Amino acid sequence: MIKAILIFNNHGKPRMSKFYEHYTEDTEQQIIRETFHLVSKRDENVCNFLEGGLLIGGSENKLIYRHYATLYFVFCVDSSESELGILDLIQVFVETLDKCFENVCELDLIFHLDKVHNILAEMVMGGMVLETNMSEIITQVEAQGKMEKSETFVFQCPRQDR
Amino acid sequence: MPAVSKGDGMRGLAVFISDIRNCKSKEAEIKRINKELANIRSKFKGDKALDGYSKKKYVCKLLFIFLLGHDIDFGHMEAVNLLSSNKYTEKQIGYLFISVLVNSNSELIRLINNAIKNDLSSRNPTFMCLALHCIANVGSREMAEAFAGEIPRILVAGDTMDSVKQSAALCLLRLYKTSPDLVLMGEWTSRVVHLLNDQHMGVVTAAISLITCLSQKNPDEFKTCVSLAVSRLSRIVSSASTDLQDYTYYFVPAPWLSCKLLRLLQCYPPPEDGAVKGRLVECLETILNKAQEPPKSKKVQHSNAKNAILFEAISLIIHYDSEPNLLVRACNQLGQFLQHRETNLRYLALESMCTLASSEFSHEAVKTHIETVINALKTERDVSVRQRAADLLYAMCDRSNAKQIVAEMLSYLETADYSIREEMVLKVAILAEKYAVDYSWYVDTILNLIRIAGDYVSEEVWYRVIQIVINRDDVQGYAAKTVFEALQAPACHENMVKVGGYILGEFGNLIAGDPRSSPLVQFNLLHSKFHLCSVPTRALLLSAYIKFINLFPETKSTIQEVLRSDSQIRNSDVELQQRAVEYLKLSSIASTDVLATVLEEMPPFPERESSILAKLKKKKGPGAVSVNELEEGKREGGELNGGGERGGDNSAIATSNASTPSPSADLLGLRAGPPVTAAAPSAGSLLVDVFSEAGVNDDGFLSSAPPSVVSEDPAPPLPESNELLNKFVCKNNGVLFENQLLQIGIKSEYRQNLGRMYLFYGNKTSVQFVTFSTTVTCPGELQSQLNVQSKPVEPLIEGGAQVQQVINIECLTDFSDAPLLNIKFRYGGALQNLTLKLPVTINKFFQPTEMASHDFFQRWKQLSLPQQEAQKIFKANHAMDTEVLKAKLLGLGMALLENVDPNPENFVCAGVIQTKAQQVGSLLRLEPKRASSDVPINRAQQ
Repeated sequence: MIKAILIFNNHGKPRMSKFYEHYTEDTEQQIIRETFHLVSKRDENVCNFLEGGLLIGGSENKLIYRHYATLYFVFCVDSSESELGILDLIQVFVETLDKCFENVCELDLIFHLDKVHNILAEMVMGGMVLETNMSEIITQVEAQGKMEKSETFVFQCPRQDR
Repeated sequence: MPAVSKGDGMRGLAVFISDIRNCKSKEAEIKRINKELANIRSKFKGDKALDGYSKKKYVCKLLFIFLLGHDIDFGHMEAVNLLSSNKYTEKQIGYLFISVLVNSNSELIRLINNAIKNDLSSRNPTFMCLALHCIANVGSREMAEAFAGEIPRILVAGDTMDSVKQSAALCLLRLYKTSPDLVLMGEWTSRVVHLLNDQHMGVVTAAISLITCLSQKNPDEFKTCVSLAVSRLSRIVSSASTDLQDYTYYFVPAPWLSCKLLRLLQCYPPPEDGAVKGRLVECLETILNKAQEPPKSKKVQHSNAKNAILFEAISLIIHYDSEPNLLVRACNQLGQFLQHRETNLRYLALESMCTLASSEFSHEAVKTHIETVINALKTERDVSVRQRAADLLYAMCDRSNAKQIVAEMLSYLETADYSIREEMVLKVAILAEKYAVDYSWYVDTILNLIRIAGDYVSEEVWYRVIQIVINRDDVQGYAAKTVFEALQAPACHENMVKVGGYILGEFGNLIAGDPRSSPLVQFNLLHSKFHLCSVPTRALLLSAYIKFINLFPETKSTIQEVLRSDSQIRNSDVELQQRAVEYLKLSSIASTDVLATVLEEMPPFPERESSILAKLKKKKGPGAVSVNELEEGKREGGELNGGGERGGDNSAIATSNASTPSPSADLLGLRAGPPVTAAAPSAGSLLVDVFSEAGVNDDGFLSSAPPSVVSEDPAPPLPESNELLNKFVCKNNGVLFENQLLQIGIKSEYRQNLGRMYLFYGNKTSVQFVTFSTTVTCPGELQSQLNVQSKPVEPLIEGGAQVQQVINIECLTDFSDAPLLNIKFRYGGALQNLTLKLPVTINKFFQPTEMASHDFFQRWKQLSLPQQEAQKIFKANHAMDTEVLKAKLLGLGMALLENVDPNPENFVCAGVIQTKAQQVGSLLRLEPKRASSDVPINRAQQ
């Protein structure tokens, strides 16, 4: 089972976090910090797996991560998952984001947090993998986009925000 | 076209995020966020009704603020309102908010459940998926109660869309994990297995996770999945890389699904059906062959996917552990990976090899890689990989290579990362002991360990070396000489001083012949360390000194001088002061003979499993019970530095030492795993236990009883243990446990599926117990079978006093284990820690039933299925007394039916087991055969 999916940048700023087990808000923030601390001090060409931090269950769990440009994608999983399989899953996730946002960058994640969540929800549900086929995922996301478009068209709302 | 258009987002949100990003300081950011929170709050509270768009925008802002680590304590209601919107976007953001920011606020859960119910019945697949997602993400008990019945229906219904099926499968899995008792097996289970054959690979992907989890819990019910999984796997493995179109990932067909199928097969033993097994072996061979083929792509993703399958296949081969040919091939493949340039592969190969090393077919093959592994330990840049290498060395160690491996691990320890040092120390200590042929090597190794990593040497390790030295007289002289030399180092670790003090106190005489280590030299050496040590070590040294007075009368005056000095006899620490006073007195008034008796050499410790091993298990697995504290507690009380009370009783010094090594330690290994003997293992054996006076499971309720109760040698069972078993299978009141300190009495009553138990903890000493606490746990499955609640007890028990604790028990469904009662308290500073089994057995929930002879035999005949009947024939150990048998049968809780069986010698009983889930009628027939003294017992369940 996947316990948590964390995305943060090179400075440890969280860009997305999704926990599939219940923690208090405080603990979640501490887990993010602890994970950043563990992952960021590792060299570039060491392996992509390490034992989880104490807060998220210690050696019971593994952190499996990939580092893309400015962002770390970290999956915290228990022993029932294949390490290389999860590594592939991260790649599928990132490739999907890349297709959905056309050359995804950190800013896309910041400004479209809800969409990142929605894309992830097409892949992982309650900590288990729902779909690994990229074109299937993209089809679903596109369908959502269409529905969204048709609805914004119906209610044109005032844009004097803040 | 990008699936997510960038331009048409919410401008207000974008502006807010930009503001935050432009903040120069943390303070500015917090200020801006508080301003925004105030704004949103007033918008939500304002009388003007917000349109869906604004709500969505504000909820998005709250999400962003939450991600930055700020508490969100409002907005939940607005999110719930969004759920009932008809607009997809609003509904979606509502669900998103709830699944990110759940709290188990029951008020809201009810509202959320309502919205979910509507969406599930909407027949709109998109809405249904959103609702299922929400259930899976929150997974609370209330949700399980509301939907556990509905979701299986959606999952197997013929007209459900594929995407909904996928979500329903995972949703059900989540509910099953959080509340297994609410997900009832039924007609749907067989249909779920057939989802493995589904056309849509996505459905298979989702369903397989569900099936794997269900199979782990109910292997028999899902057995059919094995052949289905094998045929699915074989279709994938043999397909060309283009057959599966979109499920082909970098030229590898459906890697994720293949891995999951291989994992599912690991829940079962090798298939019995020859054809299925043949097909599976073929698959595994194909996978191994493919690893040797040239890669179809240079991309790392290609090799990752391919190897993910390969590693799972190897795990399956290791799991089966029955195909020597495949095992050796697996080992060779892993051997190749050990030298691969990809760090990930080296890591995984080390990890897999660790499990391979324990297989008898491949242990030798694994050993051939020793040089590579040692090299990995020395040269890998990555600590994760080094740790795996150390694990593998530990696993592949045997008598032939122990010296090499221990030496390598010791030298690694000098530079090892702090995080893994303690574990490494334990491992070295265990290997050194396990494979020691020559005990001087063992002593050297442990002393080296203390020298190199003294801080990480736990008590268990140095206790152990002392036990071994005391038990083996061939090594005592060597040990004394070696510690003497080690102590001469200008700075030596306190643990070294402890070992040195103890060993010289016992065996210093063996090296006293050499003028370089004459008694006085030894004493001065020890005493030179005294002032640098902590109180417990000083206490130990004082005991060593008094032992010196006995060993070497010529040191008496010097040592008495030391004991008499103000710094000892007026020491502010009570323990030290008392020792100084008492030892001084002892040495001046006791005759040489008395001294010699009191301060006699330690008797050998009984042989037993190493407590270090238990410690390692504890470090490694959460399943291990904390038994070491029990050990430590005892040790502190019984070590040379016996508690204050013991000091007062002169003759207690030597004898208390004798009782120190708790013979119960041979149970340590047992208790580290799940308890082997359950109180009521199965239908028949429980009954057998009632009658067998030989106590089939001596260690049942007494699994952690201290030395006084459970003897090391199981041959003659103590009268108490038999009595206990009798008492608690057939009786409800009595003494559960007793040792020198504590007595636990028990009183219990049961009605239908409920029980109440009163535990009375009596302090037998005159000293108070502090921080007294008890916990009752239901290990493993029992959690879902028995509901046990205990009221807290007073943390303080005065000497001679008794406290009472009430425990409420509810039987949810049938069970075979007994709940565990853990008791911890401090007695004179020493931690006492013990775990007992609570005598709760299934027969407590019997309700006696009267029935006539005709009824009885009719029912008896109806129960003809093999699983409805259990029969045991066993020898009676005692003369059969009709009255005693009757009393026991009544105590069991069933009704004893008179004039039912045509043979008056036989006993028949009937009763109904009351559980929350169901009622199980049970019939019992006991046929004593006096001639052969065999007693066949029949018991049938309905």
